[in-house]
Amino acid sequence: MIKFILMVNKQGQTRLSKYYEQVELGKRAALEADVVRGCLARRKEECSFVEYKDYKLVYRQYAALFIVVGITENENELSIYELVHNFVEVLDKYFSRVSELDIMFSLDKVHIILDEMILNGHIVETNKNRILAPLLALDKMAES
Amino acid sequence: MSDVVEKTLTALPGLFDSQTGAAKITNRLRQLIKSITELTSKHEEENLIKKELSAMKEQVSSPNTTMKQMREIMVRAMYCEMLGYDASFTYIHAIKLAQQGSVLEKRVGYLAVSLFLNEGHELLLLLVNTVLKDLQSTNLIEACMALTVVAQVFPKDMIPAVLPLVEDKLSHPKEIIRRKAVLALYKFYLIAPNQVQHIHAKFRKALCDKDPGVMTSSLHIYLQLIRESPDSYKDLTGSFVTILKQVVGGKLPVDFNYHSVPAPWLQIQLLRILSLLGKEDQSTSELMYEVLDESLRRAEMNHNITYAILFECVKTVYTIHPKAELLEKAARCIGNFVLSPKINLKYLGLKALTYVVQHDAKLALQHQMTIIECLDHSDFTIKRETLELLFRITNAQNVTVIVEKMLNFLRSCNDEHTIIHLVGKVAELAEKFAPDNSWFIQTMNDVFSIGGDLLQQDVPNNFLRLLAEGSESKEEDDQLRLYAVDSYLTVLKGHTSHLPQCFLQVMSWVLGEYAHLQESMDQREVTRLLTQLLDQRSVSSETRVWILSALTKIFEGQTDLILDLAESLSSSQDTVLRQQAQELRHFSQDSQLHEWVLPRGAPWDGIEVDSSLSFLDGFVSEALAAGAAPYKPPHQRQEELCEDRALNLEPYSFSLPVSLSSCSITDRQSPTLLSVSSGLSGNSTELSQKAGSSTLILEGVKRVWGKDGYLPQKEATAPLVDEPSAAVQPPSQQEAAERTEPQPEPSTQNQDKQQLASSLFVGLGVGSSMSLLGKSEAPPPRFRKKPRPHESSSSSSSGTSERSSDSSSRSSRNTTDSFLYGSLLEEEPATSISAFDHTPKSTTANGLAQNKDTKEDRHANTSQILGGDMVIVRPNTIQDKHPPPVSSDLTALLPTDLKDLPHSDVISLTSDPSLSLSSCRLFRDEALLLVIFISNCTETVIKDVAVQLSCEELETASLRGNVVDCLEARSTSVCHYALLMDDPHTNVSFTGTVSYQTQPGHTNTLPFSGTLSTADFIRPLVVTTEEYGKLWLSLSHDVKQNLKLLTDAGDPLRTTLNALKDALKLHVVDIIGSEGIVACRLLSGAPCLLHCRVNGAALAMWLRSPHPALPDCILYHCQRALAQH
Repeated sequence: MIKFILMVNKQGQTRLSKYYEQVELGKRAALEADVVRGCLARRKEECSFVEYKDYKLVYRQYAALFIVVGITENENELSIYELVHNFVEVLDKYFSRVSELDIMFSLDKVHIILDEMILNGHIVETNKNRILAPLLALDKMAES
Repeated sequence: MSDVVEKTLTALPGLFDSQTGAAKITNRLRQLIKSITELTSKHEEENLIKKELSAMKEQVSSPNTTMKQMREIMVRAMYCEMLGYDASFTYIHAIKLAQQGSVLEKRVGYLAVSLFLNEGHELLLLLVNTVLKDLQSTNLIEACMALTVVAQVFPKDMIPAVLPLVEDKLSHPKEIIRRKAVLALYKFYLIAPNQVQHIHAKFRKALCDKDPGVMTSSLHIYLQLIRESPDSYKDLTGSFVTILKQVVGGKLPVDFNYHSVPAPWLQIQLLRILSLLGKEDQSTSELMYEVLDESLRRAEMNHNITYAILFECVKTVYTIHPKAELLEKAARCIGNFVLSPKINLKYLGLKALTYVVQHDAKLALQHQMTIIECLDHSDFTIKRETLELLFRITNAQNVTVIVEKMLNFLRSCNDEHTIIHLVGKVAELAEKFAPDNSWFIQTMNDVFSIGGDLLQQDVPNNFLRLLAEGSESKEEDDQLRLYAVDSYLTVLKGHTSHLPQCFLQVMSWVLGEYAHLQESMDQREVTRLLTQLLDQRSVSSETRVWILSALTKIFEGQTDLILDLAESLSSSQDTVLRQQAQELRHFSQDSQLHEWVLPRGAPWDGIEVDSSLSFLDGFVSEALAAGAAPYKPPHQRQEELCEDRALNLEPYSFSLPVSLSSCSITDRQSPTLLSVSSGLSGNSTELSQKAGSSTLILEGVKRVWGKDGYLPQKEATAPLVDEPSAAVQPPSQQEAAERTEPQPEPSTQNQDKQQLASSLFVGLGVGSSMSLLGKSEAPPPRFRKKPRPHESSSSSSSGTSERSSDSSSRSSRNTTDSFLYGSLLEEEPATSISAFDHTPKSTTANGLAQNKDTKEDRHANTSQILGGDMVIVRPNTIQDKHPPPVSSDLTALLPTDLKDLPHSDVISLTSDPSLSLSSCRLFRDEALLLVIFISNCTETVIKDVAVQLSCEELETASLRGNVVDCLEARSTSVCHYALLMDDPHTNVSFTGTVSYQTQPGHTNTLPFSGTLSTADFIRPLVVTTEEYGKLWLSLSHDVKQNLKLLTDAGDPLRTTLNALKDALKLHVVDIIGSEGIVACRLLSGAPCLLHCRVNGAALAMWLRSPHPALPDCILYHCQRALAQH
């Protein structure tokens, strides 16, 4: 099961966070700082999975942005690693060459995309067209 | 792919000015984002967000704020919360936005709700109406977002309100709606499984949906269901196999592909389901061999995602019933992983190996060189996984090398969680496989000094217990103890300031108990070392108590020193320490007393504690005679308090009878209490005479406080009581541990890898399965704990429970058919007592039996991993020869006063060659009577038959006959129990044992178990229509649900209600037109009213009850009853 997804830049600033298991607001900042520290400390040639408390972190770096996913022990790390990439590809498709700023300026839409892909910590859709369909329909209705 | 995010912050100013991209969003949000990107310190962030929050507060309360602005405010609030600042004042506006906004705003409103509110937040109730409206909307997008939010956060209590709407969506023409409806139902299943009990058929429809997306969603539900009870879904194996075949064969539309791999995450999900279904089930496994082979073959493309699938596939192959050909292929796959230069794949390979070595340790041999390389890998994660792997393959021959590797890793590790986890494993291995005493003590020293005060409490506990209880041979035990003493003396002679408290406590306990074994050493030296510790500031006061009690045991002949010590501690601020110092002084002055209270070398488990405090009986009866109030247990006091409180609301004239009743309670209570305790005392005085010192101590303790206050002359006897309890529950961690320099150990740095390999993988066999088989019987754990009374009882009870489930599943096979048939004919409650036991245990037992031969080596291996303590229970095969005789004429034996009560069939509970047990349920108004027939099947007399019955959820009371002194040959005795249900449970199970003697002194026990349903406890509630109406209005908890309508007869409503009446003993109050009212109650307790209305082809049922859980339960049984009709 997926416990949370974070998008954090190299400076350790959170750009997006989504929790699938309740974490108190006050504890999130500390957890995020911990998680980022754990990932930033790792070198390129080391593997993309880190143990953190009683769960695993899977992280992937895109330029200055890290995407970190917290998962339980029974999850398949490599499939999550690729799920992250699928997510980025979807964002790329929607924003046409996504950047950190796109994510910041359209935080709500990134969340809407994420809601289509992951629900309650389970992967529910990976087909790019289907993921984007509701959002594109929304955009269309908002324009008209 | 790193070019994806290539616009960097340096391009920021340009972006703000440009008209593209960011241009659409409004000023304030843009300003906020700009400020956030420019933040340089936490302090700045705080100021910025505070300002932002107050600006937002102003904005939301202004009536002029448009929905468009509100949407932007929501995004700003998301930013604030994301940075960790509370923006709870916006929550209500998020709900408003979802309610009133146009589509995009509405979506953002819902999004904000799902981000801000967790399940159970009270504001969610305000969302229900909006959701209901949107679910009914003709606008697809709106329905879609409502379904999304329902699947994310929705109040559990309101599920019935939306359930019919969500159910309808399952047949919606658009795939996206069907898909989301399935996901919403999955969520409902997770939080309230009873509510979706009736939709299971629809889940199957979703699984067969023509759209692959809908089918994929339904797999989440099935994974969950199958995990809970794999046996119920074996029939779907074929479907899952076919789906996987189609996916692997590329039959899905191209847009489901990810990097040309067809729906990889779907494949992984399917493989997980298959592994659950095929586990320990040969025939089911055979169905999937072909598709697994295909999956292994297809996944040859060199991409991460294919490896992810392969990994899952390998796991499945090793989980299901083995097939040599597949295992070989899977092993080759693991080889590719492990040897891959890509670090992520290497990790996955190690993880796969860790999983696989449980089944086949030989595989580790094949990759030993890689494993050794990984052990010295620079990557922490890789090393950690390798150690996990080594832990799984540890045996008596390689334990020293592996433990050393683990300790080395631990010394360089500073992650708390890893340390706790790994140190526990080292301790486990050391206890299980230690080659000799010195190694064991040395390793445990390392465990204590590295793990320090992070250690789980049970590590020092187990260690001390092991030392104290010892094994069968006293000589060996003493050697171990002596070694420990020597070792600790050496440690204490060095620097001690860095030692963790927990280690110090262990050392002082051991020295206190066993220092006398070291005869060549002056006890003064031991005392000196211990007192030296007392002077250290880093030693916590809890540890001081341990040290002091050690000194109390060994001070002999050093009275001066001890007197000084007691003097200096008697002014300590810690009361416990002060008390101990007092005791120490008394002991030092009275050596006879000392010898008496703390006899040296007394058996550790010889201490008897009289927990009934029977030695106080005299005191209590004296006090009672002198007019003291009898003791009442806290719960009784509480009840009486409540009664009193309730009383005050009544008019004064009622006070007399009530006070009388409370009086009678105490009167009735006190003599029984007394008699019980004095009954106990008979036993315990006997014990206390044998045990000598210990009971005396307790008496002494109790007399510390007399009627007139403190009795100082008696206080000296406390320490022994204090001391074992301290050993059992060691200290809380008060001071952070300092890591110590480890004990000198032989360095392995220079060792050749090859050499290391041979030492690591020794004992895994040269690849022959013979050695694997032999391994499990090979050297038993070196330190086998002496069976303790309560341990042995717990292990035997686990044994019995296993046996009981086994026998019950056996008897279920014998009786199910006739029983089901019978109950249908009789139209008894649909779910009557069945000897069914769907625990996983019974399935494993079956699985084991089936695959016994082929899996011998696997299981031998697992049992070794599980440790030497495992109890293997052989099923009692004699039972097969004696099928339990079920005779219906047993009901003739019912006592005459019970004969007229409605009753169920007699079913067999359990049997063995001598006894057979059957049961029958009698439905009395205020209770369920469970009658148990005990039949003697032999030609001889059986003596001392005693039945014990227990059930956690029910109140049970034995009415008569549960103890029979003498059961004649071929005769039957009857005992019965009254069962009361206060809180409704859909099903409750009871367990019990019957013990008996066929020969004097030889007691047999026979376990049994069974299930009861709420239906057994439901009684008709006879009311008139008017009373019903009044009652209806006064009830608070209600549930609505559509049920199946039985349409096979002329009057569907009447037929359906009659069916329910027969199944559940409901009372049909009235039927008017298309509506019917029905009433029932839980025994003589909470009522439940049912209002039924024919709604098209369904029966709309509305239930009300004062008890929140009762409607759900009744609904569940109604559904079952109608489904079975």
